[in-house]
Amino acid sequence: MTIAAETPAPPARVRGRVTRRLLHNPLGVIGGVLLLIVVIAGVFAPLLAPYAPTEVHFETPFQQPGTVGFALGTDDLGRDILSRVFYGTRASLEVGALSVLFAVVVGVPLGLLSGYWRWLDALISRLADLMLAFPFLILAVGLAAINGGGLTNAAIALGIAQIPTMTRVVRADTLRLKETDFVLAANTMHAGPWRILGQHVLPNAASAIIVQATVIMPVAVIGEAVLSFLGLGIQPPAPSLGIMLSDAQQYLFRTPWPGIFPGIALALICLGFNLFGDALRDALDPKSTR
Amino acid sequence: MGRYLLHRLWQSALTLVLASIVVFIGVRALPGDPATAMAGEEADPAAIAAVRAQLGLDDPLPVQYVKFVGHALTGDFGKSVRTGTPVREMIGATLPVTVQLAVFAMLVAVLIGVLAGVVAAVFRGRWPEWGANGFSLFALSVPTFWLGILAVLYLSVQLRWFPASGYVSPFDQPLRGIYYLTLPAVILGLTHAAVVQRQTRSSMVETLTADFVRTARAKGLGRAAVVFRYGLRNSLIVVTTIVGLQLGGLIAGAVVTERIFSLPGIGKLTLDSVFTRDYPVIQAVVLVITAAYIVINLLVDFLYTVIDPRLRVSGRTR
Amino acid sequence: MTEPLLEVSELEVSFGRTPAVRSVSLRVAPGERVAVVGQSGSGKSTTAHAVIGLLPGAGRVTGGAIRWRGEDLTHAGEKRLRRLRGREVGLVPQDPMSNLNPVARVGRQVAETLLAHRMCARREAWARAVELLGEAGIPEPARRARQYPHEFSGGMRQRVLIAIGLACRPDLLIADEPTSALDVTVQRQILDHLEKLTHELGTALLLVTHDLGLAADRADRVVVMSEGEIVETGPARRVLTEPREGYTRRLVAAAPSLTGPMHEAAPASDVVLEVSHVAKEYRIRGGGGALRAVDDVSFTVGHGRTTAIVGESGSGKTTTAHMVLGLVPATSGTIRLDGAEVVGLRGARLRAARRAMQPVFQDPYASLDPMWTVERLITEPLRTFGVGDRASRRRQVAELLDQVALPAALAQRYPNELSGGQRQRVAIARALAVRPRLVVCDEPVSALDVLVQDQILGLLRTLQEELGLSYLFISHDLAVVRSLAHDVLVMQAGRVVEHGPVGEVLSSPADPYTRQLLDAVPGAGTFTR
Repeated sequence: MTIAAETPAPPARVRGRVTRRLLHNPLGVIGGVLLLIVVIAGVFAPLLAPYAPTEVHFETPFQQPGTVGFALGTDDLGRDILSRVFYGTRASLEVGALSVLFAVVVGVPLGLLSGYWRWLDALISRLADLMLAFPFLILAVGLAAINGGGLTNAAIALGIAQIPTMTRVVRADTLRLKETDFVLAANTMHAGPWRILGQHVLPNAASAIIVQATVIMPVAVIGEAVLSFLGLGIQPPAPSLGIMLSDAQQYLFRTPWPGIFPGIALALICLGFNLFGDALRDALDPKSTR
Repeated sequence: MGRYLLHRLWQSALTLVLASIVVFIGVRALPGDPATAMAGEEADPAAIAAVRAQLGLDDPLPVQYVKFVGHALTGDFGKSVRTGTPVREMIGATLPVTVQLAVFAMLVAVLIGVLAGVVAAVFRGRWPEWGANGFSLFALSVPTFWLGILAVLYLSVQLRWFPASGYVSPFDQPLRGIYYLTLPAVILGLTHAAVVQRQTRSSMVETLTADFVRTARAKGLGRAAVVFRYGLRNSLIVVTTIVGLQLGGLIAGAVVTERIFSLPGIGKLTLDSVFTRDYPVIQAVVLVITAAYIVINLLVDFLYTVIDPRLRVSGRTR
Repeated sequence: MTEPLLEVSELEVSFGRTPAVRSVSLRVAPGERVAVVGQSGSGKSTTAHAVIGLLPGAGRVTGGAIRWRGEDLTHAGEKRLRRLRGREVGLVPQDPMSNLNPVARVGRQVAETLLAHRMCARREAWARAVELLGEAGIPEPARRARQYPHEFSGGMRQRVLIAIGLACRPDLLIADEPTSALDVTVQRQILDHLEKLTHELGTALLLVTHDLGLAADRADRVVVMSEGEIVETGPARRVLTEPREGYTRRLVAAAPSLTGPMHEAAPASDVVLEVSHVAKEYRIRGGGGALRAVDDVSFTVGHGRTTAIVGESGSGKTTTAHMVLGLVPATSGTIRLDGAEVVGLRGARLRAARRAMQPVFQDPYASLDPMWTVERLITEPLRTFGVGDRASRRRQVAELLDQVALPAALAQRYPNELSGGQRQRVAIARALAVRPRLVVCDEPVSALDVLVQDQILGLLRTLQEELGLSYLFISHDLAVVRSLAHDVLVMQAGRVVEHGPVGEVLSSPADPYTRQLLDAVPGAGTFTR
């Protein structure tokens, strides 16, 4: 039994409330600040990096962190690790953003369609099952074998792998929203399916989509590192945090530093997205009390 | 219930057929001619043509597909283009390693994940929750393959607590086998433990704030009884789903883990065959992995109907 | 006066810093039946939950005392409270759908209570549970005990909850809105049964309810609460027939009754909506065969008049409304709007027909898109039907808001910033935007508190007089129907069992089902003014 209270709800706008809740969540603020740092590092990598990422210094390999000129040291070819971390972060973010974009552009319409029309649902659900049956690594392996490695192929493989989950999230929301009274009311106002999907369903599903995007992002970033580590993603000498780790693995027993910093950079990127995503989910959830 | 399971069986079969078509076409889209590869780059056209005929590459694609499926059903995946070894033997040698690794990792994931999830839900807003949540945040953010590299470096090479690489079958030497698999399985299981923790926690929190739990308290049941009898049982449904969905990621993770710990599993076989363009092997490996994924998810669905009485009559409503 | 079983004095409860209950005192004597009546947010449920120490979330007792047989329970430990709960004080919760564990057999959930208090040996618990289920009025208890909650109807689940509440023979049973989620006839059976059991066992009853009539029927004494405080207490009949406090008086006046003044009969007029021999069949999945949700229903709605459809859940009343609105296609029969057939229309003619009929739904929160402003919500039909330009629509918003007595300043607000009553006014304004001939109201006031309900019904009456609107009014509440409708159809299991002018049908019902419905209305005997 739901009896609506006659006392007015607190006068707060939805958007204003979300921002306020985010700012009141210390973990969310930490995540946001981390994200800001990471994005600045990636976007302004050419300005921030002291050297080009591929510039070799054969005379100074394996420098310790703190060396003058090489703040985080150098690798086996004398390349500046700080510069490579900046550019690697840039590549990680590019792949992450591309695969999120891919998952959203393909997954959201599929989710809306399969949630709204029953006959399409069977078809799209089978398709999603099929995509789920191929682990992303197998997909990437296939794409790499056909087209060769590279940033775009890695992003596509990682994006495809995330389509089914995005579709599932949007489908579930569409199914729920389709049955709401306000959509029923829109039907009696002769609003067509596209109008209903675009004006009622999509805006109400937006928060779930955004939250899912923050979930996909770190998964894609780590995925890119894994692919590049295995030689299936970005190809050397282009910088990637995964390639740096793969290179460093060979001489890790001699000098651990080249294998430490790229890992920390990866962890910080993912931590930023995870923290911020969690805070966003809590802030958007009308039921959450925090 | 029977109808629902029959329906799921049919769906899975359909997905499996579609997957086999995708694999078949995908492999044929790979660059390079397998006949040339097999006969050798220097071979004369007649020799290549002979190999083509022998491999059945002259048949129309549908015929090739039917033959491929027919052979696959009898376990015949042809021979490796590189080594000439039957693919079936290669898979037979590597699959058990990966299965052991995956099962062990899943056990680690479920044990740690469920425990941490329950702790986080029961001690809401107190330090055990922060600890458990911190763990899952850490495991989700830190790339586990990097953690694996570091673990090899510090735990195996420097401290010598674990073997750095290698594999011993747990069926031959149980203790040594488990010892060799422990580090890879823990590393592989960490991310999944984090996912299980989060799902367990949110489902437990939801259950513990549900009306029927308050009613149970009003009957005079204690907190512990409510957590274990009500919370865990309801969370089990969620954990089962997660285990099914995580399999894809687990298989992908196994490829990397096997590479870092030099385990002779199916992941290593996949990578090797990709880099050497050994297409019968790629084809077989991908098909086996996909089929395993589909079959296990079907099993998960069967499990559901055992755990959740609501599904026994009505079928799954998602 | 005998020593009270429960004595609450000067109780204060807060959620965080927000006080929910202020200075509440009440006592329950052994075997006495006390009802706590109030609207939502009055603190009635909070008071009840404080007694058994199960306040939700951040709720804390901040003052006063709760005494149980003279023993102070205010600061009792968890151990003492566990012995109290279930054994000395039983609880029958509100919503039967969410209060049973979905993955445990019903019998086990009863047995669990017995075992928690060592009322019997483990081996005997099951047999005793079956016995208790039978006592609570569940047929074939031995078989039903093995089933899961989803296999029970709402009424049957509530009986299970009663069996649990009374399992250990407590001295006091707290019933928190025990039947508000159920149909009136089921509600009556359950309350009768509960009354019989508590009487036989000598159990005292603390009944928490929003329904004045129900409190009058089922309690010896009534405590009226509002905004966390007690407004009035006294013998049930006295409080509800001669209320002393202003608030109680307003509450009693607002409660629609079966004897109050009736809606003035409008003269017979042209027919706006004519529904004849309409039926709706749903194919049953798998097994073949069909379910007749609506079977041969005919009625008319005259210009400026209200026709109501009354029935319980599953009667087909909402399906009928949805067929009229064209949301669900009719299997057979005709629906004419101003003489023109509506069934099977497409394109421009369907559009025109839809423009002439607009809906108002039950839950105003669910029927307004939470992401839209009031202005955008009200202009939605204008935009979908392509009426006017941006400027003229904006002007119309102000007019429409004025018509439903809302300030124009509300136009830029979002639904979650409005109260329930304000939201329903916005929904009505939206329905009026395209100047429809007919407004289809599907339980428009059943989600609202009595005082707000009264205001909305008043608004609907005024709008009908001013604009000459016709209403098709769907409701489960005979008293509400009586205050608004001119004609009424009583539906049961998809069929019309009775049909006629409201006055005739409600004062001298011809069909036994209508009589049953009328008898089940709580408080029917109390409000005779």
